[in-house]
Amino acid sequence: MEYTSPLEKTLRAIALTLVVIFFMFPILWIFLMSFQTNETILRVPPSVVFEPTLTNYQALITGKLETSAASLEINFMRNLFNSVFLSVASVAVAMLLGVPAAYAFARHKFRGSEDIAFTLLSFRFAPPLLVLLPLALYFQQIGLADTYIGLIWVYQLICLPLILWIVRGYFEDISPDIEYAYRIAGHSWFATFRKIALPLAGPGIAAAGLLAFIFAWNNFIFALVLASADKQPVTVGALAFITASGIQYGQIAAGIVLSIAPTLALALYAQKYLVEGLSLGAVKG
Amino acid sequence: MTETALSLRNVDKFYGPIGHGVHAVRDVSMDFAKGEIVALLGSSGCGKTSTLRMIAGFEEVSRGSIMLADRDISRLAPAKRNVAMAFEGYSLYPPLTVRDNISFALKSTNLSAGDIAARVSEISDMLEIGDILDRYPSSISGGQQQRASLGRALVRDADLHLLDEPMGQLEPQLRALLRGRIKHFIKERGLTAILVTHDQTEANALADRIAVMEDGVLQQFDSPEVLRDKPSNLFTGTFVGEPPMNVFEAEVSAEKGTISLQFKNEMSLQYAAGSFSDEICEAMLSRQHVMIGVRPYAVRRTDKKGIRTKVAVNQWLGDQSHIAAEFAGGMLVLVEHDRAEVKPGQEIKIDLEPSSLHIFDRASGEAIAHGTELAS
Repeated sequence: MEYTSPLEKTLRAIALTLVVIFFMFPILWIFLMSFQTNETILRVPPSVVFEPTLTNYQALITGKLETSAASLEINFMRNLFNSVFLSVASVAVAMLLGVPAAYAFARHKFRGSEDIAFTLLSFRFAPPLLVLLPLALYFQQIGLADTYIGLIWVYQLICLPLILWIVRGYFEDISPDIEYAYRIAGHSWFATFRKIALPLAGPGIAAAGLLAFIFAWNNFIFALVLASADKQPVTVGALAFITASGIQYGQIAAGIVLSIAPTLALALYAQKYLVEGLSLGAVKG
Repeated sequence: MTETALSLRNVDKFYGPIGHGVHAVRDVSMDFAKGEIVALLGSSGCGKTSTLRMIAGFEEVSRGSIMLADRDISRLAPAKRNVAMAFEGYSLYPPLTVRDNISFALKSTNLSAGDIAARVSEISDMLEIGDILDRYPSSISGGQQQRASLGRALVRDADLHLLDEPMGQLEPQLRALLRGRIKHFIKERGLTAILVTHDQTEANALADRIAVMEDGVLQQFDSPEVLRDKPSNLFTGTFVGEPPMNVFEAEVSAEKGTISLQFKNEMSLQYAAGSFSDEICEAMLSRQHVMIGVRPYAVRRTDKKGIRTKVAVNQWLGDQSHIAAEFAGGMLVLVEHDRAEVKPGQEIKIDLEPSSLHIFDRASGEAIAHGTELAS
């Protein structure tokens, strides 16, 4: 056992606390903001003492924002649904395509396989805007602009490489002989893929899926350029709170709280897998 | 009895493009009789595992064909070959218990649950793993995993059983015990088995015939006795046998009724012309440059006429003495079964009988003669 002195322990605790405060403070502040009105948020100097109100959440959920100037329609719930739908569908499509592809890249070295895998990864290198503007033009011509299908397709730029590279690492970790042992016992390679490779790589696939979900959920720029209001996810939808009559900080904060809640819950729940998936992907990739 | 179970015809294996890639197996042809146990013996990278994996179907056959039970299996999927295999890395299914691992393949046959249980218990008793049947692979030792993997292969009814380094992880006592049991098990059921190993003792103990491979080339495919007594070339001669055969360069000349072998460092041996048959004399003289090999067990110390050498090392291994003596610029090793009372630096006289000499062509390495018999 490694011995750590009490002093070292205390110093470590202090350092950890500082780091946690540094990262958690914005979230905490936003959480507090979401229960305040614009007036209390904007007062100088700011204070943590206020009378909590649920009007922000109320406005988001009912879709009606009453301000002193006018009443405003907001589609926050619609946006939330879009976020869920787009992320889930994108991850599902990416899994369907990416997991078999990852298996192929891990197991079968064919001519150009490394090049193809790298090309897929390189989608992550390109600045999204560079790709998006021409893509928007094409999408308009072929009628994919402002459609869920179009968005899900573009979201593959985020999800597919992620799933491919992480899951590939997991497949490579499985000894091919385990699969051979199964195949030689009279099973086709497809049965082997389903019964041996998939279950053994299960945790990795789950981690990759979760990561891809979080990345898709947090995406902003694709939907901003390619979708109109009724197809936009929450990340873009939050822009609607910047109105002509002022910025609705309270609603934005409440919207953020609602939109990070699902991913935060997922991340906390699957923390172990996520760390594993990320570090494995980093080592192997 | 001599029905052919498996036959390899001019099999080549390239990793990479044919003709350019790594040529791992070169034009190998072998026939395996039904009920025979064959060992593929060779050092690492000699192509033995590649050969095995081609038979199993995990590696593509680059050229040539493989026939199993009168079917050409060289393009068949592994599942359709009816071959069982024990893997060097065990490769047990992690989510299954040892019992389920062993019985796994049997469940897709039409055996009843009772039959399966009986087979599993029989094989686990044989392999001494009866007490760990309900444990998971991750919780048992390497040796136990290896036996479980061996059990998973042997329990199956297959046309061919492939065993890749089946006992590498076992402790010596258990290995010796299991060798006998496994051989009995295979013979009793008339199974055909190929095992890959780099352990000569294992190959000798288990196999009816041994195929020695080096550099992707099948060097010799014979019974252990023939491999020992009549190695077909310098490689098998020096590879098979422990301690290895002593080999020295020699020039052959004949004068006045004697055959003279001239070694390095002015050392030479004279034999009466009658010691070798006319054919052997002729074969040696026509080549002139030969390699002379002699097994350490065949070298004798003598009090009479012999070559004087100096002892360099004398090692007692508990059951035999290995004496290394300076000879022709190298070391000549001889083995005695009693504790030899010689010290380093001491002079001894040794005798090399014509019948114990293996004579090889120096350029090609091909055997010319073994003792007094001309190599065929």
